[in-house]
Amino acid sequence: MTLQATTYLVVGLTFAIYITIAILARAKSTSDFYVAGKGVHPVLNGMATGADWMSAASFISMAGLIAFMGYDACVYLMGWTGGYVVLAMMLAPYLRKFGKFTVPEFIGDRYYSHAARITAVVCLITCSITYVIGQMKGIGVAFSRFLEVEFSTGLFIGMGIVFVYAVLGGMKGITYTQIAQYCVLIFAYTVPAVFIGFQLTGNPVPQLALGSTLTDGSGVHLLAKLNTIIVDLGFAEYTAQKWSTLNVFLLTLSLMVGTAGLPHVLIRFFTVPKVRDARFSTGWALVFISLLYTTAPAVGAMARTNMMNTFQTGPVGSPTGNLLYADRPSWFTNWEKTGLLKWVDKNGDGRIQYYNDKNKAFDEKAASYGWKGNEMVKIDRDIMVLANPEIANLPFWVIALVAAGGIAAALSTAAGLLLAISSAISHDLLKSVFMKNINEKQELLASRIAMAFAVIVAGILGLHPPGFAAQVVALAFGLAASSIFPALMMGIFSKRINRTGAIAGMLTGIGSTLLYIFLYKGWFFIQGTAPLAEPQDWLLGINPQSFGAVGAVLNFVVAFLVSKATEPVPEHIQHLVEDIRIPKGAGTAVSH
Amino acid sequence: MTNGEAYWKKNLKLMIGCLIVWFIVSFGFGILLVHPLNNIMLGGYPLGFWFAQQGSMYVFVILIFFYANTMTKYDREFDVEED
Repeated sequence: MTLQATTYLVVGLTFAIYITIAILARAKSTSDFYVAGKGVHPVLNGMATGADWMSAASFISMAGLIAFMGYDACVYLMGWTGGYVVLAMMLAPYLRKFGKFTVPEFIGDRYYSHAARITAVVCLITCSITYVIGQMKGIGVAFSRFLEVEFSTGLFIGMGIVFVYAVLGGMKGITYTQIAQYCVLIFAYTVPAVFIGFQLTGNPVPQLALGSTLTDGSGVHLLAKLNTIIVDLGFAEYTAQKWSTLNVFLLTLSLMVGTAGLPHVLIRFFTVPKVRDARFSTGWALVFISLLYTTAPAVGAMARTNMMNTFQTGPVGSPTGNLLYADRPSWFTNWEKTGLLKWVDKNGDGRIQYYNDKNKAFDEKAASYGWKGNEMVKIDRDIMVLANPEIANLPFWVIALVAAGGIAAALSTAAGLLLAISSAISHDLLKSVFMKNINEKQELLASRIAMAFAVIVAGILGLHPPGFAAQVVALAFGLAASSIFPALMMGIFSKRINRTGAIAGMLTGIGSTLLYIFLYKGWFFIQGTAPLAEPQDWLLGINPQSFGAVGAVLNFVVAFLVSKATEPVPEHIQHLVEDIRIPKGAGTAVSH
Repeated sequence: MTNGEAYWKKNLKLMIGCLIVWFIVSFGFGILLVHPLNNIMLGGYPLGFWFAQQGSMYVFVILIFFYANTMTKYDREFDVEED
C-alpha cells in the first residue's frame, strides 16, 4: 500500500472512532451539553482537558520551533505547562466554587456591571480569533501534506472542514470523544519519538534518549553531537541561549499567565463535580500534557539531527559532502509540492548546501568551499513534526498516524475556540445584554453566523500568518495574559478592586498589548502594514510575543490605582468574594 | 479572626510557598541561572538546559498534586469541605 493510501486509511479510521464514540455518548449527554466534565473522574477529565488544550501549536508546530531554536524554545515548554500551576492555585478551585459557566459571566458578576462583562467578551474574542489564526496555519500545513496540494489549497479545504466540524458541535462537551482524541494524539506523537530515539541512541524513552550517547560507536552524547553538527555549518550552539534573558523571561511569564486566562481551558474547571476535583483535575491535565511536552524536546533535537545529516552526507566543505538534489528522498519531494520547502541551486553544483549564511564569521569558510549562500531557502518550521518520521524512514503506518494526530489536534482545538467565540457573542452579548428577547432559534443562527465569520477571517489571515503556528498562538496567549487573567485573579484575591478599576485595567492591558503587536506584525495582522520593523525597533528589546507580561503588569497597576480613586466595592460583592474562597456550599454549576 | 479567614490565610501561605518553588525551578534554574548551571552535566544534558526543557515540568506536576493534597487536608481541618 502506498503512503498516501495508508494515510487516508489511518485518518479515516481515527475519525470513525471519534464519531462512533460521539454517537454512543450523545444519547446520554444531550441534556447537559455544557456540563462537560460532570460526574467524570478527575483523571479522565484531565485527559480530556489535555486533548482540548493541545492544538496544532503543540502538536504540529512546537517541536519544529524547538528544532530550530534549541534552548530558547524552553519558553514554549515551560510557558505552556507552568500556567497550570497558576491555574490550580489561583483560579480553578474558586471559579468552580462560583459555579457559573463562562468567564464573562464571572467578570460581570464579580464586578457587578454589564460593561465589565462586555469588556471581557471583547477581550475573549480578540484572543480567541488570534488563536484560531495560528490553528489555521497548522491546519493548512497538515491538509496540504495529507492531500499533497499547495499550502493555500490545503488551508481552504481545512477551513471548510473546521466549519462543518464546529457547526456539528465540534464533538465538544463529549468527554469520551476527547479522551479518544487524546489517546490518538499522544500515541501518534510518542511512537515516532520512541522509534527515532532508539535508532539514534538505543534508548526507547525519548526523555532519556535526548540525554544519552549515540549508538554510532563514538560515545558522544546526542546533544553534544548536534551542537557540533550545526556549529560546523555556522549556526549557534543548540543548547546555548540566543535570545536576551529579558525576552526569554517575559515570554515564559506571558505564556504561563495566558494559559491561566484562556477561556476554553478555564471552562473545563467550572463544571467538575467538586472544588477538590478542580484542583486534582488541573494536576491530571498537566500530567497528560507533560507527556507530550517532555517528549517534544527530544523530537525537536532528533529531527534537527536527522535533517542536518540528510543534507550534509559527508565532511563539511568536501565537494561531495552534500546531498545531490537528484538523490533527494521522497519526503523532500512531497513537501516541495506544498511550497513549504524550497531549494535553489545558488552555486550550480546540483547539491544541497544548508548552512547559516547570515553568520558573517562563517562567510569566508563558505566561500572557500565554493558555497554561494544557503540553498534551502525555505524550511517552514511547521512541517518538521509531520516530516520527522519520513526523514527517519519509519514505516508508513507511523507516518500516517502522525498525520492523523496532527489533524485531530488542530480540528478539536479550532472547533473548541470557534464555539467559545460564537457562544460569547450569542450568549454573553446578545441574549444577556443587547437582545434579551431573542429566541433559541435566533440565538443558534447568530452563533453560526459568528462562527462562519470567524472561520473566514482567521482563514484569510492564516494564509499569511504573522509567524509560525506556535508563534501566532503565543500572541493569543499574550492577549489573554494582559486582559483576562488579571481581572480574574484580582476578582478572587482582592476585595478592593471595583468595576471601574477592572474595566480600565482590562482595556489598558489588551489595548497596550494589541497596539504593540500590531505595530510590529501589521494592523489587524494584515501583511505589509506594520509601521515598525522587527527586531531592531523593539521597545527595550521586547519581542511582541513577550509583551503580554508587560500588558498584565499595566493591567494590575491601572486597576489598582483607578479602584483607589473611585467608589468602594459594595458590601454584597465583598461577601461574594469571601464566599468563593471557601469550598463549603458549592452547588452544581448553573446557567445565568 | 473567623474560621474562614484562618483557612484563607493558611491557603495563601501554602500557595505562596508552592509558587516560590515554581519560580525557582523555571525562572530561576531554567532562565536566570542557566549559564552557571550548564557547566554541570546531567548525563548528556547540561543541567540548566535540562531544567528548562525537562526538569521544571516534572516539578510543576509534583507541585500541583502536593498543593491539592494539602488543601484537601486543610478543607477537613477547618471543616469547610463540601458534603
